[in-house]
Amino acid sequence: MRFSLFAVCLAVAAAPSERALNPAFESPAPLSAQSPIDARVFDRLQRLHIQPARLSSDAVFLRRAFLDIIGTLPTAQEASGFLADPAPAKRAALIDRLLDRPEFADYWAMKWCDLLRVKAEFPINLWPNAAQAYHHWIRAAIRENQPYDRFVRDLLTASGSNFRDAPVNFYRAMQSKEPPAIAQTVALTFMGTRAENWPPERLAAMAGFFSQIGYKETNEWKEEIVYFKPVGQAGRPVSSSQAIFTFPDGTPARLAPGRDPREVFADWLIAPQNPWFARNAVNRVWSWLLGRGIIHEPDDIRPDNPPSNPELLAFLEQEFVASHYNLKSLYRLILNSQTYQLSSVPRSGGPEAVANFAFYPLRRLDAEVLADAICQVTGTTETYTSAIPEPFTFIPEEQRAISLPDGSITSAFLELFGRPSRDTGLEAERNNRLTAAQQLHLLNASHVERKIEQSPKLQDLLRNTKGGQALVTGLYLTILSRPPTADELQAVNAYSQHGNVKPREAAIDLAWALMNSAEFLYRH
Amino acid sequence: MTLPGLFPINRREALQYGLYSAFGLLLGSRAASPLIAAAPKAKAKSVIQIWMWGGPAHLDTFDPKPDAGNDYCGPLKTPIETNVPGIRISELLPLLAKQADKYSLIRAMTHGVNSHETASYTVQTGRMSGGHEVYPSVGAVVSLFKGYNAGYKGLIPPYIVLTQPQGRFSEAGFLGSRYKPFATGGDPAQARFAVEGVVAQGITDQRQQDRREYLHKLNTLANALPGDPQLASAKEAEAQAYELILGDAGKVFDLAQEKDDLRDLYGRNTFGQSCLVARRLVERGVPYITINYNGGWDTHKLNFQTMRRKLPEMDKGMSALLTDLAQRGMLESTVVWWNGEFGRTPKVQWEAPWNGGRGHHGQVFSALVAGGGFQGGHVVGASDARGEEVKDRPVYPVDLIGTIYDLLGIATDAKLPHPLGLPARVIPAPADAVKSAGRLKEIT
Repeated sequence: MRFSLFAVCLAVAAAPSERALNPAFESPAPLSAQSPIDARVFDRLQRLHIQPARLSSDAVFLRRAFLDIIGTLPTAQEASGFLADPAPAKRAALIDRLLDRPEFADYWAMKWCDLLRVKAEFPINLWPNAAQAYHHWIRAAIRENQPYDRFVRDLLTASGSNFRDAPVNFYRAMQSKEPPAIAQTVALTFMGTRAENWPPERLAAMAGFFSQIGYKETNEWKEEIVYFKPVGQAGRPVSSSQAIFTFPDGTPARLAPGRDPREVFADWLIAPQNPWFARNAVNRVWSWLLGRGIIHEPDDIRPDNPPSNPELLAFLEQEFVASHYNLKSLYRLILNSQTYQLSSVPRSGGPEAVANFAFYPLRRLDAEVLADAICQVTGTTETYTSAIPEPFTFIPEEQRAISLPDGSITSAFLELFGRPSRDTGLEAERNNRLTAAQQLHLLNASHVERKIEQSPKLQDLLRNTKGGQALVTGLYLTILSRPPTADELQAVNAYSQHGNVKPREAAIDLAWALMNSAEFLYRH
Repeated sequence: MTLPGLFPINRREALQYGLYSAFGLLLGSRAASPLIAAAPKAKAKSVIQIWMWGGPAHLDTFDPKPDAGNDYCGPLKTPIETNVPGIRISELLPLLAKQADKYSLIRAMTHGVNSHETASYTVQTGRMSGGHEVYPSVGAVVSLFKGYNAGYKGLIPPYIVLTQPQGRFSEAGFLGSRYKPFATGGDPAQARFAVEGVVAQGITDQRQQDRREYLHKLNTLANALPGDPQLASAKEAEAQAYELILGDAGKVFDLAQEKDDLRDLYGRNTFGQSCLVARRLVERGVPYITINYNGGWDTHKLNFQTMRRKLPEMDKGMSALLTDLAQRGMLESTVVWWNGEFGRTPKVQWEAPWNGGRGHHGQVFSALVAGGGFQGGHVVGASDARGEEVKDRPVYPVDLIGTIYDLLGIATDAKLPHPLGLPARVIPAPADAVKSAGRLKEIT
């Protein structure tokens, strides 16, 4: 079923007791199921008697789209330009523009580098120049929108040098290189399933496909070659007889002599009828954009963890396969739905509303995104270092955290804010829960305070606006991507005039307050 | 459900991390808790870990070999007697030499690992790297068993690092970032120890209060979402943060409260003043403090120049710490644990570009332990005549760590909560075949 417009009108007439619309966050436009995604989500919500949130306001959508698609805040100019644009299809146009930005590749390479554990040192020991090469390859694949099935096949079947044939690092970015451990990593990454919980025979059978991988050193410092190393059951080379392996779905695989079993496995995995492959990919992308998997946790697919909306998941899988595994099309499909564009102010609460996407859930910004956002709104930079003495790792001053190529390059801020350690590739490694230690840092650390007090952006605004409402609007657009409301203006004026602070201090305190507000710290 | 303190845990997380059994009060049953059951035996309440990042030379500190000749001991040929007959240490440690009755030396630490990150991991987790898991460091384990889950109520986090994180492995391992240490940042040797977040420079308390009210007024999204559970817990966390900023708890970092001559005794440098802060944190009940002593101990080049420059500083800070803890009656309940990730090659590399340097040496190295139930005045194990191999009574990292857990009353066969529910113990089971030569019964 392709985009037939659904006649279901969900704009429920406001009950007398219902609270008034909050124009800062909500749009008065009625909800209508505009895409097959909405049809499936709204249909399910209706059956559960859950009222979806209203559509988000333009300002909320703008900020959300920037943060979700490119991990970057809009500038004040981008914000005011979008808000003033009268075009009815401006949301779809913005989505297209953002998908083409270079930061799209930066941000999603970061995400994939978490899953693939791209890190120079401990416990993953890729070594700095191999980590750089691997990151470069992943980023290029995303920038070029390489079909996802090809991306995965390249990773699973690569042979060659860790420096020159970057995808071989897939088999090096693991703590254990024993075949069952490799199989577990492949299952987690590309099937979204935890093979630890499988029957042992099934894991052992899958491990067979990864039992003929060789690793050898070369004369170059820290170079390693990953290659197909055929060995028979008794340690003898396989030359004449066919070997028999079993896929995780129980079907047997026959391998011709000299055939690399990794290729046979990869071809089984990426086949359109594979029950895990497309499902894992669409469920992950959905969870990255909407904060929660249709199957949740997104990397824990198993029979006793059913999807909250099976029809929705099936639809996304079909679309993804039909598009030849086009990731950008998948993003576009989800981002243009009204479901994605719902406000974060719920009209029905409770766990069922959360699990069925009745509103957009609040999520604290990723550590790297937050670091970049603080730098952007203050016009400052951040220093990143690596503990590994290594001449190949040059870190420029303008470095953005979302484009750091290597998990070993870090800062105290990133560590404090729960950047994943890239030990395991589990989604849960990234912890975005706001802790008191993090709040201490944001509220009161000299690191943040100095950035605000010495902010070139703030100084420009002070110079160019001569204070007053233009300054306040400038700060709001820079930090929150929207102009202030009337109530906010009033509070700001009251603070500036209460006599305890000088004008410059008042501007600093306003910037500080906005940067500590939920609206700045959370995707909403 | 939240517990007090900087790192509240909610019910969902408690379930997720499988903490309910360890958490007697939630089930209304105290019998379920191995922590509480083990507590009465505990001799130690806190640990101060002096982490010698880089791996200091055992020959130049606590295991001198004056008879091995110039190629091994270089210019440091005359070790000095301590106040315990028969124990001699480096001539650059005269103050510690007067206190050997307070500590014991382990001269046969061994793991055979020669790279920083894997050796750091092994020394601080008791496990070899390369398995499928990343285990938590001792500090993270102590903060699990002695922190908020075990009734610790301080606003200061239970696992502190002075001043910078180690950065070479995730100290929390699979326990997750909630068990990472709180790194203070700042420099305690400065006029004001600007602990990141706790001590702000140049903002009056009045302005802090004004700002806080201002933030509440302008927090438009939070005000529109009164029922959001995430924002509710953030609000609690904010209240705790302000207790530290404006209340008394943060004063623990204010070294101006100490007498000048005591501060002088510790040494007016980052390491010395960190030792003093560590004592103050122990007084407030903080169970685990790491002093990450990044003093240039990775002496591939110019080893002896570094030793002459840095060891007097270490000598002063550590000896003041031991004296101060003892005088206050705190040493018997505080473990002080000193070592790096390995020792250094006994044979000196005189040639360029090393010019008198020493390489990494995990085959044998030294550790110092004091207090919290460790007896002083003993030497455990021995290296061979040149300090190259273990000669007598090897001590593996797991033996030392296990002994520290025993002293803290942490059951070493207790389970660690694993995110996937996999079995994981505080100390590896015999079946895990981690090399061990037994707990340090000799000195406990």
